[in-house]
Amino acid sequence: MSMRSPLAHVRGLGSAKEGTHHFWWQRVTAIALVPLTIWFVAIVIAVIGADYETARATIAHPVSAAMMLAFIAATFHHAQSGLQVVIEDYIHIEWLKITLLLTVKFLAVIFGLLSALAVVRIAVGG
Amino acid sequence: MQPVERPLSPHLQIYRLPMLALLSITHRATGVALSAATVLLVYWLMALAAGPESYATAQSIFGSVPGLLVLFGLSWALFYHLCNGIRHLAWDIGYGLEVETADATGWMVVIASVVMTLVTWTLAFMMGGFA
Repeated sequence: MSMRSPLAHVRGLGSAKEGTHHFWWQRVTAIALVPLTIWFVAIVIAVIGADYETARATIAHPVSAAMMLAFIAATFHHAQSGLQVVIEDYIHIEWLKITLLLTVKFLAVIFGLLSALAVVRIAVGG
Repeated sequence: MQPVERPLSPHLQIYRLPMLALLSITHRATGVALSAATVLLVYWLMALAAGPESYATAQSIFGSVPGLLVLFGLSWALFYHLCNGIRHLAWDIGYGLEVETADATGWMVVIASVVMTLVTWTLAFMMGGFA
């Protein structure tokens, strides 16, 4: 016999109250990161021996800049969702767990914004 | 009354992790390391945005011996996490869950990550990187 109300059952959100949202987006970003990571490694190899102007122009190209922004978004989303699971698995002191979770989420946003802003500056030449 | 013989958890100091368990914890470890390494991505992009001088500083840091060693390790971690992540995605849709298959794909991941790392660094030096 289920202790769950028919409404809770049909919503299927479970005790975490968000259903498979976390699981799903971790997979979506993982799939996106397969081609994006290969592209990122390729462009780093391409610019690594280049002088400043060439390196900057390569990243500033609209396609590169867009790909880099997508790579940044997927990377930081994926990183914070993975670190969340690691923290939840190993840290059982409630205040420490919450502190670490918030720190990871905030840092992911700040790092994501910093790197995205850098790409925009490179792309528009600010 | 005879006490019930309950199964014990592995005694971690003397328990030799099976290969699959080792690969699993390595996936986590590389994920955490790569998350920490995103600070280098932020720094590199900000240096490139800031101008030739800060970019030259970044290049000299990344091109130093400790810098190269860290980047070498991170590149392997990235390829390992990428290849093993694909293995995880296959499991998510129900493929490769048999122990023999998981063992085989595990070795494929290890070999692929090493090969990809070596190819990347060969290409990087051929492109005149860190000259």
